[in-house]
Amino acid sequence: MGSLIPQFALDLWNGLPVELQTVVTHVFKIVIVLLPLILAVAFSTYFERKIIGYMQRRIGPNRVGPLGLGQPFADVIKLLIKEVVIPTRSNRFLFLIAPLLSLIPAFATWAVIPLNDTFVIADINAGLLYVLALTSLGVYGVILAGWATNSKYAFLGAMRSAAQIVAYEIAMGFALVGVLMAGGSLNLGDIVRAQEGGITSWFWLPLLPLFVVYFISGVAETNRAPFDVAEGESEIVAGFHVEYSGVAFALFFLAEYANMLLISALTSIFFLGGWASPFEGLTFLGDGSFLREPSLMWLCLKIAFFMFVFFWLRATFPRYRYDQIMRLGWKVFIPVTLVWIAVEALMAWLQVGPWAA
Amino acid sequence: MNTLRAYIKTFVLWELWQGLSITLRNLFRPSITVQYPEDKTPQSVRFRGLHALRRYPNGEERCIACKLCEAVCPALAITIESDVAADGTRRTTRYDIDLFKCIYCGFCEEACPVDAIVETRIHEYYMEKPGENIMTKDKLLAIGDKYDAMISADKAADARYR
Repeated sequence: MGSLIPQFALDLWNGLPVELQTVVTHVFKIVIVLLPLILAVAFSTYFERKIIGYMQRRIGPNRVGPLGLGQPFADVIKLLIKEVVIPTRSNRFLFLIAPLLSLIPAFATWAVIPLNDTFVIADINAGLLYVLALTSLGVYGVILAGWATNSKYAFLGAMRSAAQIVAYEIAMGFALVGVLMAGGSLNLGDIVRAQEGGITSWFWLPLLPLFVVYFISGVAETNRAPFDVAEGESEIVAGFHVEYSGVAFALFFLAEYANMLLISALTSIFFLGGWASPFEGLTFLGDGSFLREPSLMWLCLKIAFFMFVFFWLRATFPRYRYDQIMRLGWKVFIPVTLVWIAVEALMAWLQVGPWAA
Repeated sequence: MNTLRAYIKTFVLWELWQGLSITLRNLFRPSITVQYPEDKTPQSVRFRGLHALRRYPNGEERCIACKLCEAVCPALAITIESDVAADGTRRTTRYDIDLFKCIYCGFCEEACPVDAIVETRIHEYYMEKPGENIMTKDKLLAIGDKYDAMISADKAADARYR
């Protein structure tokens, strides 16, 4: 380190008060998490259009830059230079605060996501509770946007989305209770460490129903197809964000994709061993092979896989009818998770699965 | 038994997996998009696009102002006025086609006894100002002159089917 950083800089740094040092290091950590995150959001819009295009045997964006890779930037610049039209009879303050309210929780949750064994912005004990609390907060952005707009379509969209998110939050919470029982900790890092030992000891196998329920609830939470009744084009135009334009719309867009990335990351951490390598047990790869080492790469690959599943679902399924969504949430997912929690308790009692130790 | 089977099928999301497999298979099949301005789909010689008035090889207008096209036009897009020309033949003094009214049915071409009015393959044209949608006699003749080779070739290729 000494050779990399000149002595006077080190001296300056050590001269700072400890509190300031903590603040600076944390801001630095936040920046190195958020910048790639925002870039990932930008490019996931591109990959979404590409993948859905190919699934429909089209080409997708290919005009801006090589392979159309400049498309996200073109979109962002277009949205930035557009006017934010504020409807006359809307609540101006809430109208402008709503996009932020949906974006901030989506980003803030990344504070407790462990990116590898050592790196996490805030290694807090109750990480799981923090995640649950913040993902629930995202619904306020949607409700306030729908209400502040003072438009019946936006209001309907917000109501639908709120009821849906509340319903699926419960199934999601129960699924996480299962993870909690298996992992024995509320700290996300400890949950990943509890899954050590190769692909078969990850929680997706013993908690398979919860894994499926959690991911589908996640899709519903982020208001993505086939659960995107909040923005059902055929009925209520764009739902809660009908009247949003320019940067305000871009923020909603950013929040939606950040939430998708978040759900993908959480699913990877809870059920697919986070940063662990799926090839851990394959000794023929050699001892030092990076394929067997746990690393950030594996987490990113798992996140990419779940993002692909998000796009795949959107390309495949038509939108659920509203009563079907409610039926699925209340009458299928919640009983399934409850039953599986009981099964888990039995497994724990009989010492099978993750409790075999 | 059947209800049980149906129940199990619902629970393992059987039909959803079927749907997903269709989209996944299509992901790896080649795209069929035609990149329009660069690539174009093949056109028939019978393509009915922008109109043209043709001339005989000696430069004489084919149109004899019989007004059959005007009569047959279902959209009433054609307006013709005629007079006796200096050489004593009957000629049009005005031959207007309103492209906004025209439905490109090709009846004018079918009705014409001297193959004067034809529809060419040209389909990439535009109007900038109001009034440009009226194709006057001069404009139609100009198109006929400019694309004479293409029109003649198309008519020759199609002749054996008529």
